[in-house]
Amino acid sequence: EEEEEGWCYQLYPGHIPTSPLQKALLAAGSALMALRDPYRHDMVAVLGETTGCLALPNLRDKMKHHPEGYRILQERPCIRLSTLDMTKLRGLPDGALGREYVRFLEDNKVSPDTRMPPKFVDDEELAYVIQRYREVHDLMHTLLGMPTNMLGEVVVKWFEAVQTGLPMCVLGAVFGPVRLSTRKLQVLATELVPWAIRSGRNASCVLNVYYEQRWEQPVESLREEIGIFPPP
Amino acid sequence: AAGLCAYRVLLLRCGGALRTLRGCVRGLAAGPETHFGFQTVTEEERRDKIYQVFESVAKKYDVMNDSMSLGIHRVWKDILMHKMNPSPGTMLLDVAGGTGDIAFRFINYVRSVRERQLQRKLKHHQNLSWQEIAESYREDKLRSHGDSQVVVCDINREMLKVGKQKAQHLGYSEGLSWVLGNAEELPFDDDKFDVYTIAFGIRNVTRIDLALQEAYRVLKPGGRFLCLEFSHVSNPLLSRLYDLYSFQVIPVLGEVIAGDWKSYQYLVESIRRFPPQEELKAMIEDAGFLKVDYQNLNWGIVAIHSGFKL
Repeated sequence: EEEEEGWCYQLYPGHIPTSPLQKALLAAGSALMALRDPYRHDMVAVLGETTGCLALPNLRDKMKHHPEGYRILQERPCIRLSTLDMTKLRGLPDGALGREYVRFLEDNKVSPDTRMPPKFVDDEELAYVIQRYREVHDLMHTLLGMPTNMLGEVVVKWFEAVQTGLPMCVLGAVFGPVRLSTRKLQVLATELVPWAIRSGRNASCVLNVYYEQRWEQPVESLREEIGIFPPP
Repeated sequence: AAGLCAYRVLLLRCGGALRTLRGCVRGLAAGPETHFGFQTVTEEERRDKIYQVFESVAKKYDVMNDSMSLGIHRVWKDILMHKMNPSPGTMLLDVAGGTGDIAFRFINYVRSVRERQLQRKLKHHQNLSWQEIAESYREDKLRSHGDSQVVVCDINREMLKVGKQKAQHLGYSEGLSWVLGNAEELPFDDDKFDVYTIAFGIRNVTRIDLALQEAYRVLKPGGRFLCLEFSHVSNPLLSRLYDLYSFQVIPVLGEVIAGDWKSYQYLVESIRRFPPQEELKAMIEDAGFLKVDYQNLNWGIVAIHSGFKL
């Protein structure tokens, strides 16, 4: 009965209620489309939402049982260009999280505002969790020191797969390398992936870090605190 | 299937509750009420929303049509053309003709009819005397499509843009023109066209009665009105399967292929809201058309309505 009501009402702006059959079709369709055209970020997002029904509650509980994560769930911070003070971040010393994050955004010409808002998650809190995961993704790149090319994305996906257990990350990690050259694959298999997995396993949950309150903290110190091994 | 029916009933019931609430709040707000899919909106809002839908889908319109109907929409449009059976020299107005599917088919059709005519003429000429052949040169040189003309009229700039690009790409130029216009208020004089078509467009018109009146106005006496549109399936089993496919698969296709769930949700809802065959027939008769009839295609999934201005 609760499920039916969920189908009926919009739980948050942008929410599209879907039936189980629709979710299954969406998952299959988005997976195929994302494989065919890796630049369809919206398909990767849809895949994440439709397959995250087990992993997302897991993540939410991890956050709830951690003091910093709990605060994040309560306060619901969002990383957006409008909420970031770019000048202040740029003014921070080299090596500080804020400074490196801005450098990452500028080097790779990306913006935190291009993240897809969640549509197919049928729980408002879980919708926030997946949104937070998406917003934190760029910070993952910064912490892991990985660029936004195919290789870098795959490495981050391996890390995230271990950390979050989201099927979308697992699929991305496994199928992403299909489009890489043999040389890159070698580097991936011998150095990067093992390091990503070890770090992912060792690190505490990355969603439990209130990044917005740690811009001044040096990246290395944050890495140590979370438990990410230095990149190769 | 039962679960799904419950889902839709619930959707309608919730829609009903929301409608009453919205109605109270809206109260004396702008304009008469109408529907946008399963929502209730004012006429102006509906026009705006529909404009946005087609602006958004224009680039992927043809791909989506093929995906949703598994290519069958091409057959439906071919059947419409065969029913029309235009002869060279026909003036066609294709309303809501956006990406040009009907217009291109029309041009192909009259071209092939013309070619056959010319071949017959050539064969006949084999038996003429030298004098008769010389005389025939004085006759007007007829163009390959035989003076046939098609005007594509659409309210949406994006759809027309896509249509023009297609025409250029496929090599259609002669006898084809593109006009931005509203079906409810056509920018043409009275008694101008031999045939008026509206394929999968009348469903999106807010005042169907006005569009039908305009159709009557711009047609020449003796002219024919043809409407190709989604209609109602009466067979209960087929209807259930069709609903299942419409509501479960089509919005998903919209999201996956075009990144646009909402427009395709609107599409399937608008089909359910559109008047069934007999009701549309009555509306066409009300506009003054005679000999109004309809032909079901695929058990009523689609219907072609026809009427004459006599």
